[in-house]
Amino acid sequence: MTLTLGHFLSLGAMLFALSVVGIFLNRRNLIVLLMAIELMLLAVNTNFVAFSYFLHDMHGQIFVFFILTVAAAESAIGLAILVLLFRNKSSISVDELNTLKG
Amino acid sequence: MSVTSTGLFYVFATVLLIAAFRVITARNPVHAVLYLVLTFFQAAMIWMLLKAEFLAIALVLVYVGAVMVLFLFVVMMMDINIESLRVGFWTHFRSAAAIGVAIALEMAAVLLGGFRSAHPVAVAGMPGAPAQSNTAELGTMLFTHYIYPLEVAAAILLVAMFAAIALTLRARKDSKYVSPTDQVRVRARDRMTVMKMQATMDAPPAQSSGEAQA
Repeated sequence: MTLTLGHFLSLGAMLFALSVVGIFLNRRNLIVLLMAIELMLLAVNTNFVAFSYFLHDMHGQIFVFFILTVAAAESAIGLAILVLLFRNKSSISVDELNTLKG
Repeated sequence: MSVTSTGLFYVFATVLLIAAFRVITARNPVHAVLYLVLTFFQAAMIWMLLKAEFLAIALVLVYVGAVMVLFLFVVMMMDINIESLRVGFWTHFRSAAAIGVAIALEMAAVLLGGFRSAHPVAVAGMPGAPAQSNTAELGTMLFTHYIYPLEVAAAILLVAMFAAIALTLRARKDSKYVSPTDQVRVRARDRMTVMKMQATMDAPPAQSSGEAQA
């Protein structure tokens, strides 16, 4: 009953599947979509850390470090766009994002 | 890994998946953010089991401490009509759940079958226990091999900060400002004009005391 690499990778896969379902369900609510993307990145990071431990390779953790950096920047800009959208449209529904439609 | 860490792994994984499920189904976005905090904390604990202490602490500090607070601020700042956003929430649930279960089961089948090794793979020159702490090892690698990507990451963060400020900055329409172009082009003659006027002037006639008393 020891933990194998497969356990951690399966956990990452389940988390990723849950966030895919979340994107399906909350396709109108932009803020929950952003949260689902954060969950996806977390699942990928968990895989990286697990591989790093089981292969004795620190490069995986370096990758996680950079993914965390980029994800923080992404969520900051995403939330700024969200605030701007709410200020202009008074709604965060994805259905109303059609002003670029020709 | 020991029996204790195996039990802890199952506890953390269960709480993580339940919290993640609540994130995507919570009616109130504030509750969703709070469950997301719980999810990140459980993930940090699982990383701690994998002996990635620095990243676990960084996840708690950066994500729970900064990014989630930012999410919470934004969610509380906006007056969202939740009911209109949840129209047709469950209509695609059946197909979404089928797709999700298919992804999870297929990946688990492949991964649990393919990665059976319970012990870390022995790499030449790498003893079982690292000589340094995780943080020291990560820092050494980050500041030697990965110094250029680190600088790029710092630049990305700076650009992200500028972008977030520039996007949300609301310029006031009634604020007074001076154009820098006009300021640079100004000459001393425009600043001060010398006017000719008399050095002495006659005082206006004083009012009589009789009128003042009446």
